Amino acid sequence: MPASRLARIGLFAAAVVAVQLATQLAGKGFLLTQLTMSAYYTLVALGLSLLMGYAGQISLGHAAFFAIGGYATGLLTTVDLAARRGGGLVHALERAHVLVPRPDLYGGEALSVHPWAALAAALALAVAVAFAIGIPVLKLKGHYLAMATLGFGTIVTSVLLGTEALGAADGIGGVPPFPLAGGLAVGGGRTARIANYYVAWGLVALALLLLANLVESRVGRALRAIHGAEDAARAMGVDAGRYKLRTFVLSAALAAVGGVFLTHYNASIGPGEAGIMKSVRYVAIVAVGGMGSLWGTVATSAVLSFLSLRGTFGTLDDAVFGAVLVLVMLFSPEGILRLDGRAALAAIAGRLRRTEARP
Amino acid sequence: MTALLDVRGVSKRFGGVQALKDVSFRVEKGTVKALIGPNGAGKTTLFDVVSGFAAPDAGAVLFRGAPIEGAPPHRVAGLGLSRTFQHIRLFAGMTALENVMVGRHPRSRAGFLAGMLHPPWTWREEREIEDRAREALDFLAIPGLAGADATSLSYGQQRAVELARALASEPELLLLDEPAAGLNMRETVELAKLVGRIRERGITILVVEHDMGLVMNVSDEVVVLSYGEKIADAAPRAVQQDPEVVRVYLGEDGC
Repeated sequence: MPASRLARIGLFAAAVVAVQLATQLAGKGFLLTQLTMSAYYTLVALGLSLLMGYAGQISLGHAAFFAIGGYATGLLTTVDLAARRGGGLVHALERAHVLVPRPDLYGGEALSVHPWAALAAALALAVAVAFAIGIPVLKLKGHYLAMATLGFGTIVTSVLLGTEALGAADGIGGVPPFPLAGGLAVGGGRTARIANYYVAWGLVALALLLLANLVESRVGRALRAIHGAEDAARAMGVDAGRYKLRTFVLSAALAAVGGVFLTHYNASIGPGEAGIMKSVRYVAIVAVGGMGSLWGTVATSAVLSFLSLRGTFGTLDDAVFGAVLVLVMLFSPEGILRLDGRAALAAIAGRLRRTEARP
Repeated sequence: MTALLDVRGVSKRFGGVQALKDVSFRVEKGTVKALIGPNGAGKTTLFDVVSGFAAPDAGAVLFRGAPIEGAPPHRVAGLGLSRTFQHIRLFAGMTALENVMVGRHPRSRAGFLAGMLHPPWTWREEREIEDRAREALDFLAIPGLAGADATSLSYGQQRAVELARALASEPELLLLDEPAAGLNMRETVELAKLVGRIRERGITILVVEHDMGLVMNVSDEVVVLSYGEKIADAAPRAVQQDPEVVRVYLGEDGC
């Protein structure tokens, strides 16, 4: 791995630690809750940044993948199959520890899917849906692709709202914590707030590292080539359709991971998570960060998601993200926060020199 | 012996226009074959058919004896057939070196998972990709352009980068679509030498070209197309003296 990438990861880790220490010193440890939540939303934005910036595809339906992940784990880890213990499949799954007993609300014992198994199922579901949607939809370009993905998001939202088994407008609650090693779990308990903060941002760091590797690899070059001149890329042996589809699926999987963990962290998920305004928000975050700039996306998502979760924008929350998107598209479609420091510095230096040169 | 490329009775129609009509010819391994004809003769359509960008309505294209007509471009490229474009298509936002590195795509294999996890074998593959790309830039005598933004280079330099990119895949057959277009006389002379050097490497070449000096200079055989039909297929000297070719190029009342 090149030194610059390691240095950036180091810088990122330092920033994560600094923020935690700052909240502690300021006696505002409660802020970590929203900071943790914004980490999971950042996973969605990261995948979308790869899709928009490298595969050159837009998705106005990425919130749906987040919701698919969240609802899948929410449903599976809260379902009670205790009454069906007689069945062979249920028995076999229990013996394989895929199904585990847990206390239910009334002090009895419920039999639900183990969160790790639920994570695997949620990912498999999101990947399957992404393939099913991506194969027909990614043949479209520009506005048409945007419309099609928008339609997909709308369908998922209405299915969630209309399905009693998924809690309809209430969503799913009572989702158990997600157990990690050493007694640690992703969940809302106040005691584990600091640990949860580090788990969440550690996951972002991992995703960032994997994607940063990817964009500098043979696949990353192929994706940029498709973006630069698609027919030439195909003539050089790049299967453009397949690469776009894989990127779409990868970004959907990342969104689903974010959805799974946030659902366990919040112990609940609602249909609003799949909504169009959520999807627009992710696109706005990527647009501000600079499409394809993974670092810019993380920085933007951390700040904007946190401010939004703190209620800074009040009732204008959605309007703020909509306005941000419009402004970026109007004035800086390349993104205003491309973390391309050298270019920015060179521009500033150039301006200074011109100023000095004046008599 | 089977020819490296065997075009058999290829026809292609776009709406009311018969772009290619029952065109057949062969390209023997190790030779340079030129494809000439007036504008609209169907030369680029033929290139598109051979390289997988267009499927023929009828006929077959055999590469090393195996049919490739209708296969998508990336698969054709993977078989060892590389092309350049009449209008240069470099990858914007990438350096010249990165452009040429993409040319190694068919000869490397790291996919999404390997790209993300970056295991040691991919380090070796990346080094190999970069080494071969630099060799291609050296071959074109433009090693100094490696770090330059490809689309900001001069026209002649962009042509060279595009050629390096096509060569980086170590093709068996190289399709050049008007490589001399936009080059000055000195650059065209250089190009003729370059075609000779590429051929010395054992690479077979099929070239579409308007510059007759270049065509007569570099090719072993010339195919002439007119209104989608083949009207001649012979050595350069013979083609030059073919009355039908002369008529097509100079018009009925010419000479």
